[in-house]
Amino acid sequence: MNRPFLPAIRRRALLATAGILSASIVLAACGGGGSDGSSSAAPETVSQADIDKAMKTPTDLTFWTWVPDIQKEVAIFEKQYPDINVKVVNAGQGEPQYTKLRTALKAGTGAPDAVQIEFQYIPTFSITKSLEDLRPYGAEEHADTFVDWTWGQVKGDNGEIWAYPQDTGPMGMLYRKDIFDKYGIAVPKTWDEFAAAAKKLHAAAPDVYLTNLASNQNGVWMGLVWQAGGQPFETTGGDSVKVAVNDETSKKLGDYWQGLIQDGSISTDPDFTDAWFQGLARGKYATWLTAAWGPVFLTGSAKGTSGKWRAAPLPQWDAAKQASGNWGGSTTAVIKGTKNAVAAAKFAEFLNTNAETTNMFATEQFLFPATKALLSDPSFTGQKPAFYGGQQVNQVFADVSATVDDTFQWPPFLDQAVTDWDETVGKSFADKGDVGSALDDWQQRTTDYAENQGFKVTE
Amino acid sequence: MSTTTSSPPRPATRRKETSTNIDRSQARAGYMFVTPFLVIFLLFFLLPLVYAAYLSLFREQLIGGTVFAGFENYTRAFTDDRLLEGLFRVVRFFLIQVPIMLLLALLAALAIDSGVLRFSKVFRIGIFIPYAVPSVVATLMWGYLYGRDFGPFADLSDAIGTAAPNFLSDKVVLGSIANIVTWEFTGYNMIILYAALRSISTDLYEAAAVDGASSWRIAWNIKVPAIRPALFLCLIFSIIGSFQLFAEPQLLQRLAPNVIDSAYTPNLYAYTLAFTGQEVNYAAAVSFLLGLVIVIASYSILFLTNRRSSS
Repeated sequence: MNRPFLPAIRRRALLATAGILSASIVLAACGGGGSDGSSSAAPETVSQADIDKAMKTPTDLTFWTWVPDIQKEVAIFEKQYPDINVKVVNAGQGEPQYTKLRTALKAGTGAPDAVQIEFQYIPTFSITKSLEDLRPYGAEEHADTFVDWTWGQVKGDNGEIWAYPQDTGPMGMLYRKDIFDKYGIAVPKTWDEFAAAAKKLHAAAPDVYLTNLASNQNGVWMGLVWQAGGQPFETTGGDSVKVAVNDETSKKLGDYWQGLIQDGSISTDPDFTDAWFQGLARGKYATWLTAAWGPVFLTGSAKGTSGKWRAAPLPQWDAAKQASGNWGGSTTAVIKGTKNAVAAAKFAEFLNTNAETTNMFATEQFLFPATKALLSDPSFTGQKPAFYGGQQVNQVFADVSATVDDTFQWPPFLDQAVTDWDETVGKSFADKGDVGSALDDWQQRTTDYAENQGFKVTE
Repeated sequence: MSTTTSSPPRPATRRKETSTNIDRSQARAGYMFVTPFLVIFLLFFLLPLVYAAYLSLFREQLIGGTVFAGFENYTRAFTDDRLLEGLFRVVRFFLIQVPIMLLLALLAALAIDSGVLRFSKVFRIGIFIPYAVPSVVATLMWGYLYGRDFGPFADLSDAIGTAAPNFLSDKVVLGSIANIVTWEFTGYNMIILYAALRSISTDLYEAAAVDGASSWRIAWNIKVPAIRPALFLCLIFSIIGSFQLFAEPQLLQRLAPNVIDSAYTPNLYAYTLAFTGQEVNYAAAVSFLLGLVIVIASYSILFLTNRRSSS
């Protein structure tokens, strides 16, 4: 054998160094683990004097958001508070931003002061104690500014207020009037009428489907469950969570849609893909069950079909009781642990309650408002876009907004729940399989995950 | 690594001192050259490995914070159906895609080396260029080509009148991914094999020509055995690459969200666990197990082929 390359002394030194380095890593990691659970007892209100002082101190805020051109609204804030400088960063839209946010929070550095979070993700970030309770900064005054169900969405289990609503997505139905007229379809007011119309349309026109139930869009499914009165998730504070995604309501929905999928009356293409955009543009889908941000979105992505679309509420389970759900919509929240909590909280408040900025969100970025004021403002609701043949689309969705149930809750681990949905329920759509047993699979997976994470799961 | 016994006896002690001086100064110079690499290796490879190993022994829960879990994560991984399914999938992938790719690379290298091919330089660059395309770009491009409504194959089948083939359906998607990977990496393997072919001494060819061997015989009996080490190198790279398959499934997932699930390959599973499920500890355990499997696979293949060559 050759003599060992590293003489014995050197080898021991190397091992010792490696050992010391590893030990120091271990100690460093230990030191940084787990955050203290702060109590959610009644918060101390920050005095107006302190707030005024903070707003006059030169401060740099970082704001993560994906709203395009939001610099305009930010400029209004900066004009009012010239000492505060806000840096707008687009860290991705939706899940990519949340991934980055979680990484930054775990690393302890790089997180912004204020951040755009969609309604459905608020519990996911409040459970890790990453959001600042906004009550000390005067948030409770705005309980009446916003539509009731949005305020319910941003409230925590112990009364905390985690964010200010920015925009919403109450669900309605956009339909192609020309296709309906051509095949003699009346606008369905109930789900039974919808099913009959779907069969009739597809029989008459094999290339056209009454609607597309996307196999990768958990948001639409949750919105429909919300409309049907389902309560699949509930958190009560503490460490227990209710998971009932295969309850009666969901199973009823599952049976309904399974029938339509299996006889081929509706399609199940993944949405927001090239093929899906082309489908919309070429009249493959006669309706789009979508949120209030859908009308403007369609204007941008299906230009060739201008004038042919109209808006209507979703078909109802109970014709006597109008109900709807929500899909999407965002809020502005403040990250816990930021050094500029007062300035960030006031920024979030200003952005979403100031008359000028909220109006701009509606007219410049075409976000659907969350404030009662705008939803009853005739200059907003009275708009008659040509894309919809002059129909007052905003009024339709404003009316729908009033019918959204305000007790629906999201789980504190939505990413995982959505991924599991894609692989169970979404897959059953694509495979034309048994949606009911897919719901049971989803229930199993979500319950297992929750238990692994230390929750006590109730059904 | 010098032995003092074999140096001839010299009278002057100065001689002995110079030889050890040279040794020591050479050794010092050697360490100095290696140090930058070692520092980076330590910081970006060894330390993260150690940290990941440390993480895999714990469990961090949304409720209850971090607890010491010992080897629980590993036992969970051994009984995790989704992980095992992903693992079998990449093994199947490896068993089919790698031989085909290496065969194509070998044929291409032999063809270019034979000198019979006109414009061999053009072919060489042409086959290599897909490797220069980033895998993300390549996958997105192929995703469009595979498109069922608007890709070229769809247009072709429309023209003929048949239904467009679904390259991203359950049964076929692994093959479609294999196609992309083959397209990407055949050129890379071909260049390695071609370089090895170039270094074969031409005396062998002359001797073969004297014996009256045809080009096919030369290729089979002289060239291929001579580049065996290069072939093994390509094989090892391919083993590691196949088991670590990640970018292609992840990017195609958007186009076929119900066919490619989040545990399609073990690497993708570890990624989803860490970044979607926030189960970083379990993801670390899965990654280690995957690494172990790759090591075992590489060594067993090397062992098998070495045994065959030495017997």
